[in-house]
Amino acid sequence: MRRLWELFWIFFKIGAFTLGSGYAIVPVIEHEIVDRRKWFDLEDFRDQFTLAQSVPGPFSLNTAVFVGYRMKGFWGAFFAVAGLVVPTFAIMLVVAIFLTGIRDNEIVAAAFKGLRPCVVGLIAVPCVRMLLKMNAWQMLLGFAALALICFTGISPIYMLIFGAVLGIVLCCANNKEELAK
Amino acid sequence: MIYWQLFLSYLKIGFFGFGGGYAMISLISNEIVTQRAWLTEAQFADIVAVSQMTPGPIAINCATYVGYSVTGNVWGSLLATVACCLPPMTIMLALTVFYRKVKDNRYMRGALTWMRPVLVGMIAAAAIMFVNSETFFHWSSVIICLASFYAVWKKVNPLYVMFAAAGVGILLYGVVM
Repeated sequence: MRRLWELFWIFFKIGAFTLGSGYAIVPVIEHEIVDRRKWFDLEDFRDQFTLAQSVPGPFSLNTAVFVGYRMKGFWGAFFAVAGLVVPTFAIMLVVAIFLTGIRDNEIVAAAFKGLRPCVVGLIAVPCVRMLLKMNAWQMLLGFAALALICFTGISPIYMLIFGAVLGIVLCCANNKEELAK
Repeated sequence: MIYWQLFLSYLKIGFFGFGGGYAMISLISNEIVTQRAWLTEAQFADIVAVSQMTPGPIAINCATYVGYSVTGNVWGSLLATVACCLPPMTIMLALTVFYRKVKDNRYMRGALTWMRPVLVGMIAAAAIMFVNSETFFHWSSVIICLASFYAVWKKVNPLYVMFAAAGVGILLYGVVM
């Protein structure tokens, strides 16, 4: 039981105090779990991190699931996730209620007018960084997805499924080539 | 029934939320703004901005805020948050249990390699969706956008950039104009 609350508390701190992108939590969690408590060894932990990036959903949520599960099974995962989500939800709810009430205030409206173009610039950064790392075919697929989403309004889900199927088909094709050799 | 629709929309968003935060913005805007028209683009841009300035994962903050804005009460907010977290939790739990088997699966890696370009396209689409006459209502908006891009590109903490942009907004549109 003490372990469960310990898990809750570690992720509570992360949910309540970490700002910004999910990757900002990597050093924080590493410090808590690997350095201080020695629950995982570093290599094992990094491997699991890679898995947490490959599945859908917020990265810190996935991290909470695997750390919790490996420590204390299902209830460990449950407590770790609860620790992360409870403060996140509570803080955001208070802010949402508060902001909805004062949205028409002139100062708040002016702040949002400055923030909206800023968000565009912020989102564009990881996009351009990832684009520069891709080859020509991947870029083509990226632009095709962009055009379809912007001009047709169809759900990006179909394109994600297409990308996954394409990747698996290419893997199978590679297998055959290797066998033929 | 709006609660049921909200729940379903967020289950879908959670289930396909590959790539985390920014890519999920695209999914959420497609569900909530394009398909259901529960919020306008500018309203959604504000929610994204606030979600980034509040502690915790962006996608979860966003779910809490969208749920509240759409239904106007705490229950909608709770429902969206739970629905957003359920699918990733289940999938991650299953994968952790079968961890040794999936660790180096080449098909999984192949699928992820070709999902990444789509994710980049999705993030770009989210950025482009926010470029409209309501968000860029004045030439100074373009400068704020470019300056923010440059600062974050140069690894300035996005949080500082956002507070600076809000400050500039108050100064320019609240005091000067």
